[in-house]
Amino acid sequence: MTSTPTPTPNPAPQDPVTPPDAALNLVVNGRERRVQVRPHHSLLEVLRADLGLTGTKECCLVGECGACTVLLDGRSVDACLVLAVEANGADVVTVEGLAFAGALDPLQQAFLDHGAAQCGFCIPGQLIAARALLTANPRPSRAEVEEGLAGNLCRCAGYEQIIEAVLDASEQDTGAGADRSPDRVAAPVSDPAATPDANLAPQ
Amino acid sequence: MRAFAVAQPEDLAEAVAMLADEPAARLLAGGTDLIIGLRDGSIQVPVVIDVKRIRELDAQIADADGGLVIGARTAMTEIAADPRIRARYTALAEGAAVVGSVQIRNRATLAGNICNASPAADTTPALLVFGATVVVRGPAGERRIPIDDVFVSSGVTTIRRDEIVTRVALPALAGRVGSTHVRRTRRRGHDLASVTIAVALLESGETRLAYGSVGPRPLLGIDTTGVLADPGASDTARQRILDELFADAAPSVGSMRASPEYRLAMLRVLALRAVDTARARRDGAAA
Repeated sequence: MTSTPTPTPNPAPQDPVTPPDAALNLVVNGRERRVQVRPHHSLLEVLRADLGLTGTKECCLVGECGACTVLLDGRSVDACLVLAVEANGADVVTVEGLAFAGALDPLQQAFLDHGAAQCGFCIPGQLIAARALLTANPRPSRAEVEEGLAGNLCRCAGYEQIIEAVLDASEQDTGAGADRSPDRVAAPVSDPAATPDANLAPQ
Repeated sequence: MRAFAVAQPEDLAEAVAMLADEPAARLLAGGTDLIIGLRDGSIQVPVVIDVKRIRELDAQIADADGGLVIGARTAMTEIAADPRIRARYTALAEGAAVVGSVQIRNRATLAGNICNASPAADTTPALLVFGATVVVRGPAGERRIPIDDVFVSSGVTTIRRDEIVTRVALPALAGRVGSTHVRRTRRRGHDLASVTIAVALLESGETRLAYGSVGPRPLLGIDTTGVLADPGASDTARQRILDELFADAAPSVGSMRASPEYRLAMLRVLALRAVDTARARRDGAAA
């Protein structure tokens, strides 16, 4: 820099008191996790940075796009609009928890079969939103699928294939998919952070 | 996000005391508005008080004196699904059902929608037509505020900074009532409204109509003449009533969602449609 700006006479105070970290206990994809978190960090930040579960995507950060959708006690929420400390004691399911015992969730298989993933960025959120929809309503109409996924934007505009995949998976839900409720307790196979060491890893 | 502390009080007196000690604190219920403001820096606070662990605040919808009492933690998903609200306070169920997306409705609370006081809020016109009461608790005890006395302007209410909403009461409705909530958005799905209207048509023929997104706060108008709801009334007569009801409509010139001219034109179109729907529902022709 050739010129330095004049120092501000009264700089804004920068967080004079740093609040202490908070202990967070929660169940993620069937596994108990315990981490120390900053009180102002979102559930999204903690899932991605502290627990290494980067399947949940960060995008708009205002609850418009749905890329960060996770199940919180069985309900779909935008993880960017939930503080991590709000999830203390909660059960969380991310996209990493959908596959079970080596088998894809019928929704994941249907997305593959229909070519529903283009760039793929929105797909984790679409899958979780669709899982919440089918768990609550195993036989949705097309309009119900559209409304159920209205909070999930796809920048590739792959909506047709996504809707068809969800409708297809809903028809399969008589069997394997029917008991895929978020409250099942089991260790997923695809959790990349599922090692004891990762449990308390700070970042 | 800029750092802040989070308090999670477990009883109401403790929460009220915290608010009194730290007037700059903000209350966190669903967080769908607050966390956006905290992240973009438009809201800067030393502490956020999460109300969801306060045992006196519930997420229940209970029968009370012929009406309903909705706990402060009740989310839009529960309001939209409640059979009593759908049957008796239909406009409120319809308004709650179009707030944001499924993800937003799973978090956003009715109490938060009131306190946030957005002119475009989807539930406030319905609360106005039903004459809801907002119950708050502060250092001086409990206050019951008629919903029409709550809203001042965008983001500003008469609920004081040291008060916490504990519940929202819907009064008993006498006789047959039909109601609906309609709105105009730019796109289907997840969008804020450019015009929102709720209409409740009473057995007497009185029409209670509230509208939002066309001024700094949602407004309630009442047609006691019965003309608006009279299918035999002339268009001229009905338009004259609408002139009176919409006299205070003052849509913002600078909004990017819709022009003032469009909003004012749509108000009239939607109002007549809403009255027709409410009448059909009151008279049992359609559910």
